[in-house]
Order: sequence, then structure tokens, then C-alpha cells
Amino acid sequence: MKIGLVGRSGITAFLLFACLSLPVQIRAQFTPVPAGSAFSIPEAQLLKPEALVQLLQTTNKDKPLILLVGSHMLFAQAHIPGSEYAGPGSQPTGIEQLQNRVNSLPRKKLIVLYCGCCPWNRCPNLGPAFAKLREMGFANVKVLYLANNFGADWADKGYPVEHGY
Amino acid sequence: MSAILNAVWIAPRTLRRSFTVKLLLCLCVGVSTAQAPVTATSLLHKEAPEFVRIDLENRKLDLHAYCGKVVLLDFWATWCASCQLEMPRFVAWQTQYGPRGLQIIGISMDDDPALARKLYKKMKLNYPVVMGDEKLGQLYGGVLGLPLAFLIDSQGKVQAQFSGETDLELIEERFKPLLRP
Repeated sequence: MKIGLVGRSGITAFLLFACLSLPVQIRAQFTPVPAGSAFSIPEAQLLKPEALVQLLQTTNKDKPLILLVGSHMLFAQAHIPGSEYAGPGSQPTGIEQLQNRVNSLPRKKLIVLYCGCCPWNRCPNLGPAFAKLREMGFANVKVLYLANNFGADWADKGYPVEHGY
Repeated sequence: MSAILNAVWIAPRTLRRSFTVKLLLCLCVGVSTAQAPVTATSLLHKEAPEFVRIDLENRKLDLHAYCGKVVLLDFWATWCASCQLEMPRFVAWQTQYGPRGLQIIGISMDDDPALARKLYKKMKLNYPVVMGDEKLGQLYGGVLGLPLAFLIDSQGKVQAQFSGETDLELIEERFKPLLRP
């Protein structure tokens, strides 16, 4: 079957349009997931900001341990109330700090990791931190999904923040 | 908000009162955050907050001294891959548009200056870089995610803010009309 020049251009244009229309996350599924990327975290483990807000408000006992595994400078400016700084997940020193913090906890403990240093697909911290907790046997680990960053997806939305160390 | 209201609706009656109190407290915190004196967007068309720091070459950098130049103030960090992708373009802009009055100034939000210094050399940055901290971050409305850049005109006023991964063509289009012909 012959396809004319116009037909071929149309198909090319359609394919180009289809590719560009795909959301970033879906497009990324067609490319290999880089080791340590936040994309390596299973979708079932992700927690949306509104879900964490509810969790913070409704959980009276067995409160989750919320750990920031990104930059300390961002933590000092604003962080989720009650959360702790656990070192940058992208650095060996950060992984060690995280390990020391959770080592004595029961492996069933609900732990919520978050970062928000940069767009989700560029975050270097969450993937290694999540992998470390899994390796240590923690089965109940959730990761806060912040698509853009902590400012845009948490603070600017009016969710509660604390300042300082 | 609807999700929170739904949460109130489905909460057991025994929990509802204490939960509502907590919710109100939480909303108060949220409101106080929203009423913070300076936010990044509230800086638009206002004087860029002044700061004086020592740059990575141990030279004094006073933002006020750049009045008369168009400044692209770029907050970055070594852990920010998007920031690093922008750097070669910034280097090219400094070379190309520097003679027309563009001055790029980098602010590293790294916790460790040694990491920033290493990348500064590796990327051969041809513009000054100072180390930032939470005070400088707060001065610019809170740097709660990178990349983040501010375009400051020759009068020292903030003309634009670029938050997150931004099309570099768009940034170039915004600063070019502000430069000398």
C-alpha cells in the first residue's frame, strides 16, 4: 500500500503530537529508569500531599516518622511540622545518617520520606533513601510525591510548615 | 480543601471535636504561612533584596554595586540536575550579552561549600557565585525548590521570577529587551 507525501507528513505530525502530548512521567516509562531515580519507587508507595495532611491530622497513635532526605538548607527554611532531617539521600554520609536514625525502629514502623529539592524526575535523594530502607527490611515506607518541589507543591498550597533546625 | 472537609465528614464522632480543633490550628498555621512578609512572587516589580557576600573567588560581592546592569540571579545547587543543565547556557549568555550589560550571579544553596566550589570549576563558570543560606533564601521569599532565578533590571527591580525547569529561550526573551543595544 502506497502512502502519499501528505499522508506520511500527517502520520509524522500525529506521532510527534502524540509523543509531545504524553505526560512526562508516562514518557519516562519508555526510557530506562536511571538507578537511584525517584521513578524507581513503586507507585503504590507514593503518598500525595493531601493524603499526608490527612494522615498527620487523623493519626493519634503510631504517628508516622517523617524524614526529609534532601538539603539541610531547604529544611532550615521550611519543613513539615514534626519531620526530622535525615541527611541527603544522594550522599553516602546522608545514607549513613538515615540508617542510624531508623536502625533501632521496628521494621513495621510507618516511615514517610520526602525531599522536594527539585522536580520529581530529577530528585537524586529519594531513590537511594527508599532503597536503603527497603534493604534494611522496612516494609511500610511511603514517599511523599511532590511533582515540582516542596515550595510549589506543599508550602504554596498552604499546608503546614515549620521553620528552623 | 475538599479532601480535608471530607476527612472531617468521615471522622468518627468521638474524634471529630479534637480533630476539628487540630484542623483549625493547622489552618491557622497555613494562613500564617500564606501571610509571610515576603514571598518569591511578591518581589515582582519591587527592589531586589540587597545582600553582600564573599564569592567563591574570595571577592566581595555587593548586589547594589550591580545597579545599572541587568542581573540574572540564579539559585542553584550541586544536587540539582536541572540547574546543572542550565549552566553551559548561562556561561554562553555571560560571554555573549555581558558587553551589553548582562551580569549573571549564582547563589549556591549547597550545605557544603566544597561541593559548590568543585562544580564551579568543573563547569568553568564565568560569573560570580556566592554561597547562600537560609537567611538569603528567606530574603528572596524562601528557596524551597530549585532551579529558581530572578531577573533584576538595571534599576535594581525584580522583573521576573523563573521557578522550576524553565524554557531557557523564554528567559533569554525576557532579559534581551532590558539590555543595551
